[in-house]
Amino acid sequence: MNFRIFKRKLASAFTLCAFGGLTFGASSALAEGSLMRVSEPNLKPYTIVDGTSIPDSLSGKAGNAVNGKKLLVHRKKGNCLTCHSAPILEEEFHGDVAPPLEGVGDRMSAGEIRLRLVNPKVINPDTPMMAYYRTHGLNQVSKSFVGKPMLNEQEIEDIVAYLITLK
Amino acid sequence: MMMTKTKKPIALAVGMLLGLSVATAQATDDMSLHISPQSQPAPEGLEDYAHGDARSGYIYATEETRTLQDDDFENPAFLWVEKAQEQWSTPEGDANKSCQSCHGDVESMKGVGAVYPKFDPEIGDLLNLEKRINRCRSEGMQATPWKWESDELLGMTSLVKMQSRGMPVNVSIDGPAKEYFEKGMKFYNTRVGQMDLACKHCHIDQNGNYMRAELLSQGQANGFPTYRLKWQKLGSLHRRFRGCNNNIRAEKLANGSPEYMALELYVTWRGNGLPIEAPSVRK
Ligand code: HEC
Ligand code: HEC
Repeated sequence: MNFRIFKRKLASAFTLCAFGGLTFGASSALAEGSLMRVSEPNLKPYTIVDGTSIPDSLSGKAGNAVNGKKLLVHRKKGNCLTCHSAPILEEEFHGDVAPPLEGVGDRMSAGEIRLRLVNPKVINPDTPMMAYYRTHGLNQVSKSFVGKPMLNEQEIEDIVAYLITLK
Repeated sequence: MMMTKTKKPIALAVGMLLGLSVATAQATDDMSLHISPQSQPAPEGLEDYAHGDARSGYIYATEETRTLQDDDFENPAFLWVEKAQEQWSTPEGDANKSCQSCHGDVESMKGVGAVYPKFDPEIGDLLNLEKRINRCRSEGMQATPWKWESDELLGMTSLVKMQSRGMPVNVSIDGPAKEYFEKGMKFYNTRVGQMDLACKHCHIDQNGNYMRAELLSQGQANGFPTYRLKWQKLGSLHRRFRGCNNNIRAEKLANGSPEYMALELYVTWRGNGLPIEAPSVRK
């Protein structure tokens, strides 16, 4: 297996969980106060807290909401309107597969939204939503996309910054 | 704002985690594993395009597309069909035989298109209509088989299948076909591509919902070969599989590959009871 788990010295009180294709189901049942360190090829490691949120910025920087909105619409980037509607009236044809993104900034914290984008399967193993920051545990990926995440760290941060404004 | 229908197929989710053992065990008893249960009856006038919960892509198509399909003179696929009609009685190959030499008039093909793909005991493998026709070429006529996506093979497949228009799809998954069926079902439920989606996510779980401007049908096979306005051409079911794989950034598999053959059996079986529509028109 080509992913590693970073053990932390002070983690004795915390749950550590291997993070691979079939173990996602277990992660949503993680105890409160648990930390899970995830590291996948070509990605910066990040920490999931309580199985519900990634509180820290992936890039270490703040996101740019204006750019985030563009990335959310862009068909080769987020392409989020495939499934979600959003209060972006200049765009025609919003999908109705998923909950409307309007008001998501009220319903969720930045950390919860970040986990949603990074890997929604942690929350719902059967979701149709793709993990935007994942390179491991995928099958039959087109050669030109192997080892690449759908979005990079800063792109995720930009979209998070935009979504948090949707109150 | 639109409201989302939340469907939570918990049992299936667990099945996926256990490597699908649950879904496989119940293969044919619980249809909701294969087709999203329909809350509405088929729209008035389109009842013939539904069978139980199965709905033909025709029901999801626009009025304009349906009109094109309904009239053989308007349906662009008939350019290919007409050529195939000539081909039917044209002798070819070292045996100097035509389809007609062995089968008589093309009307003798009535019913054939409804039962393919089918396990062929002689070669010990699954054949779909395309492969069956090419076997007739290589064995009976001693001619070179046609290329998968060639005009000739698409036209002849349509001509043969058309003889069963309106008849219910009726493929068998018993006996030696069972193994292929299960392999196809497994593929259908396996997430692939950078976007990590299985066929079932779009065509079972999200059936009837919109992805952008695309109304998600059940992804039924009863209309193939199909003339797609987007392709400006007649195309095979395997071409459609390749397109659906490609859209989620999954590696496309070869036309006629063992994976797509098994998938064709599973996908066609999901539509048992739907009318054969070939050659259909889709956008
Ligand atoms: C292929 C479909 C699909 C795409 C594309 C998609 N999502 Fe989702 N998303 C869903 C579904 C379905 C849910 C509902 C929960 C679930 O399935 O787990 C969801 C849930 C969410 C939620 C939680 C909403 C709530 O109120 O609970 C957020 C936030 C979200 N998505 C953001 C995004 C963003 C941003 C993008 C693009 C970068 C995106 N999604 C792309 C299908 C999708
Ligand atoms: C991301 C969503 C998505 C996935 C995943 C997907 N499809 Fe599709 N498929 C579509 C869309 C959109 C269409 C065109 C509209 C329609 O008929 O649903 C389509 C059309 C089809 C059709 C044509 C139906 C007709 O009546 O002409 C077939 C057959 C099909 N898909 C099979 C599959 C199979 C098999 C898989 C898996 C290998 C698959 N699809 C995966 C979105 C998807």
